[in-house]
Amino acid sequence: MSVEKTYAEINTKIKAGKAIVVTAEELITLVEEKGLTKAAQEVDVVTTGTFAPMCSSGAFLSFGHTKPRMKMQKVWLNGVAAYTGIAAVDAYIGATEMHEDDPLNSNYPGEFRYGGGHVIADLVARKPVKLKALAYGTDCYPRRNLETTITLDDINEAILFNPRNAYQNYNCAVNLTDCTIYTYMGMIKPHMGNANYSTAGQLSPLLKDPHFKTIGVGTKIFLGGGIGYVAWNGTQHFPSMIDVEGKELGSAGGTLAVTGDLKQMNPRWLVGTSYLGYGATLSVGIGIPIPILNEEIARYAAKKDEELFAPVVDYGEAYPSFTPGNLGYVSYADLKSGKITVNGKEISTAPLSSMPRAREIAATLKGWIQKGEFQLTEPVKTLPSPADGFTAHSIKED
Amino acid sequence: MSPKRIVLRFGTDISVKPIVYRLVKDYDLVVNIVKADVNPQKEGTMILEVTGDQSEDGLNYLRNLGVLVQNLTQEIVRNDEKCVMCGACTGVCPTGALYMERPSMEVRFDGDQCVFCQLCVKVCPMWAMEVRL
Repeated sequence: MSVEKTYAEINTKIKAGKAIVVTAEELITLVEEKGLTKAAQEVDVVTTGTFAPMCSSGAFLSFGHTKPRMKMQKVWLNGVAAYTGIAAVDAYIGATEMHEDDPLNSNYPGEFRYGGGHVIADLVARKPVKLKALAYGTDCYPRRNLETTITLDDINEAILFNPRNAYQNYNCAVNLTDCTIYTYMGMIKPHMGNANYSTAGQLSPLLKDPHFKTIGVGTKIFLGGGIGYVAWNGTQHFPSMIDVEGKELGSAGGTLAVTGDLKQMNPRWLVGTSYLGYGATLSVGIGIPIPILNEEIARYAAKKDEELFAPVVDYGEAYPSFTPGNLGYVSYADLKSGKITVNGKEISTAPLSSMPRAREIAATLKGWIQKGEFQLTEPVKTLPSPADGFTAHSIKED
Repeated sequence: MSPKRIVLRFGTDISVKPIVYRLVKDYDLVVNIVKADVNPQKEGTMILEVTGDQSEDGLNYLRNLGVLVQNLTQEIVRNDEKCVMCGACTGVCPTGALYMERPSMEVRFDGDQCVFCQLCVKVCPMWAMEVRL
């Protein structure tokens, strides 16, 4: 018999402490033991998790007014510029902005030791952060200079707002050229000397809801160790199902914009991150609950590493030149085994996305829901799905 | 006399030469091979403890051959507070000292396999691998 549940029914069970909650990996085992129909009937919520570098992250900070008042025009936090073209004492610190004095790639490959992601991590760790601001002065905002030290607790608001996180799937990076390259996928040795990938596979949130049946605007999530929400689709949200010769190999292209109060987040789940020769960013922990409303949702939530695939892409030549195509697909089961075969060559693999941390997130979220502390939210708006067929355009140049 | 601990790094051309034999025969050194990774197809690494009056002459002989000789006064340690167990280091570690344990996908560090190349120090995105003097 098919199963149909509503958000209200599931939340009633959560409040009563009676909801059956499992992690996405536990669901896989359950489906193998009992079959899909039985598992879908039994389970109310599946939790997912991912912890990885997520560019397109940042935080809105509202510092509070100075005396006399100041309309900040340029702002630096620990020497990292924040964008303040928003309002008098509001700024946005972006994860990939570098320290003003960073040598960048002038001594290639650069180390990129401290950037906006590190500032956010320092703030959430309650470390003192140096705030410097300049202004041109107005009649209502006369002050022109400010240098002080702030902490996260001193400022009025700090709102993490990440325009593109939780990439549904990602490339497995190799290098076909003769030289070592330094990329946002790590150091890649020549002649396919190694392969790096960056997805939690069978625990990864958007791989478990490829048609965006449950994850939408307003979905309450685990974000940076606290509570967050899906704000919108992420930028570059072009979801699709991977179809190779009529065989479905999982999904790709979906992203989320997420937001939450930085003050209730935790430094374990927001970590400043540097990539040799590339730049700095922020590693973010995200966990999303998937309500098992019916069997179809359970079927996708139970997809395992053997059924989920990543495209292998040459970052030596094809990626930088924006040449379409790939070198084939490999399953997450193969990627996690440590060896893949591409063009007949066996290559060792390494992840950039932490599976132990992804598991910890899924387990933490499961605990919150089981204890009745975390209820599910029905999306107030669904996100574009593969059926909408949105595709990316490149920049039109004159 | 206490032994001198040194790291040798050399290209494939040296791998086929009996350099340890020369240290013993020509310079009368007592040599203990702590670790060796020598393969005619790739760059070689050796960690030695050498004792003897002519140790500097012996090391100069190696330098003249093109061997990179470094004193071993440091070790690589992992800062467990910083490590998030992503695994990025395991793709570049040449000896497998840093490796993934499966199926947990936890990153393990076996210091005995480390040859102090310091690649992990450079590529760790969290700066969790540190050089301790």
